[in-house]
Amino acid sequence: MSLSIIESCVNCWACLPVCPSDAIYDARPHFMIDAGKCTECEGDFAQPQCASICPIEGAILDHFGEAMNPPGSLTGIPPEKLAEAMAEIQAR
Amino acid sequence: MELMVLGQEKNEDKPAGGCSAGSCGSTDDQVNRLPDHIREKVENHPCYSEKAHHYFARMHVAVAPACNIQCHYCNRKYDCANESRPGVVSELLTPAQAVKKTMAVAANIPQMTVLGIAGPGDPLANPERTFETFRELSEKAPDIKLCVSTNGLALPDAVDELAKHNIDHVTITINCVDPEVGAKIYPWIYWNNRRIKGVKAAKILIEQQQKGLEMLVERGILVKVNSVLIPGVNDEHLKEVSRIVKAKGAFLHNVMPLIAEAEHGTFYGVMGQRGPSPEELSDLQDACAGDMNMMRHCRQCRADAVGMLGEDRGEEFTMDKIEDMEIDYAEAMVRRAAVHQSIARALAEEEGRAAPAGINVPATSRPVLMAVATTGSGVINQHFGHAREFLVYEASPAGVRFIGHRKADQYCIGDDTCGEKESALTTTIRALSGCEVVLCSKIGFEPWDELEKAGIRPNGEHAMEPIEEAVAAVYEEMGAAGMLAENAAAAAA
Ligand code: SF4
Ligand code: SF4
Repeated sequence: MSLSIIESCVNCWACLPVCPSDAIYDARPHFMIDAGKCTECEGDFAQPQCASICPIEGAILDHFGEAMNPPGSLTGIPPEKLAEAMAEIQAR
Repeated sequence: MELMVLGQEKNEDKPAGGCSAGSCGSTDDQVNRLPDHIREKVENHPCYSEKAHHYFARMHVAVAPACNIQCHYCNRKYDCANESRPGVVSELLTPAQAVKKTMAVAANIPQMTVLGIAGPGDPLANPERTFETFRELSEKAPDIKLCVSTNGLALPDAVDELAKHNIDHVTITINCVDPEVGAKIYPWIYWNNRRIKGVKAAKILIEQQQKGLEMLVERGILVKVNSVLIPGVNDEHLKEVSRIVKAKGAFLHNVMPLIAEAEHGTFYGVMGQRGPSPEELSDLQDACAGDMNMMRHCRQCRADAVGMLGEDRGEEFTMDKIEDMEIDYAEAMVRRAAVHQSIARALAEEEGRAAPAGINVPATSRPVLMAVATTGSGVINQHFGHAREFLVYEASPAGVRFIGHRKADQYCIGDDTCGEKESALTTTIRALSGCEVVLCSKIGFEPWDELEKAGIRPNGEHAMEPIEEAVAAVYEEMGAAGMLAENAAAAAA
């Protein structure tokens, strides 16, 4: 069982030092989790640490492939609002 | 040159500002009242002293990428949480690279006296990287002052380490002292291995900030407080913030405008939260007991800024260029010391120059705001069309005082979105609202016309003259032309 980091990661380093299992490494294009090392923080913390500090919605997935931090959960921006703003900027 | 102290009486009987003894007054008055050891630290720091920033330069290195909180004015897809200006990405450096870069810049720009770490995340959320940089620099380049900016969450734990490295300036961004207000600014914090949201998160952050502030003051470390002015969220509240942080011993409070545009992708940008107008910002700075003058020249530098405030020479010092540079720092230090000495002499000379005689206008004359295009050194020496920011001065019967700076391109995020000449000029004119005169070395016909239409008189007659003297002269001319009567404002506009 392991979490994973996907391409929306911005390489901000926040997750790396808080991982108790030393499972996260600096890679390009984005940071990665070593599935062999990740424990999902079981036995160390109630919540997976990487997903508790990551500022980017959708950058970290659980072992089912679901976003640990779904759209709107961190920024507080309702997804429809964001889509609206993006559409408006594109239209300019 | 001493800036005149204006409106002091007015401020002193204004109880709402709640100023505590010893912190009222304006720029130099405030500096003069600081204890000697603090004044010494402040005097040649370009970020703290309006005078010094004409001569000395500072740089920031981006070594601290991680952050431990989220602010609604920040988008981590871009940059820095600790300022209100998103949308610029810094070149992330390792501590070793940062040390090399700092020494390269110091050797090439001897006026560079201050190295700051401000992000792009929170320096104290990256304590190893931040402290390694400081440790090496205090060893290898002891003539460089060190400073650090933080959101405050990890500050109490870092204070002892900071004190050890002899870091004498810390900036804390404090936007509120009330958790209810804080919940509208900070959606979450990472604290004790959990993500915490809402009022509870804001309460912890505020407690940590205040505790950190107290601990630093106890240890004699200079603390500056930055606040981002967010209209409708913390505008009135900032007066309370100002009162509290000053009472606790922060030596400066700097209020910066929120910059929020949808394209920044920040909460405030997307949700349509507006930033303050230049007047709103200026009014709030006045209302906070009128003693923030020193910081009115703050430029909201990006995390890897290099050079004099307001100019960025980062391009000359990218990592690949630095790798090839040979630096003999011992030799550089001798040169630096000589340059610093001659600047100190120049500053002392300015100081010694007779204060300008009182302005020769009727005592009832109304005050007038004037914008100045300058590249530094205290003189009017910039072409209107080249100015990316303007310094704003207020002239009144009591003298001339520096009010703040206005960015001409404050709302632009790139050449592709604001390349149009007309729109750039329109933006500049909007940024100058409230000013009646703009002083520059030269100006083209087209902007001249547009400015006049907008009620702002361009003036290129004082090129290369000291700013305060020129502003005073223009003010006197206006007086002689009968433009300063109380009711002349409306007529002139
Ligand atoms: S879930 Fe825990 S163990 Fe796994 S990568 Fe994240 S922080 Fe490390
Ligand atoms: S915290 Fe999130 S965005 Fe930052 S490096 Fe880790 S996965 Fe990437």
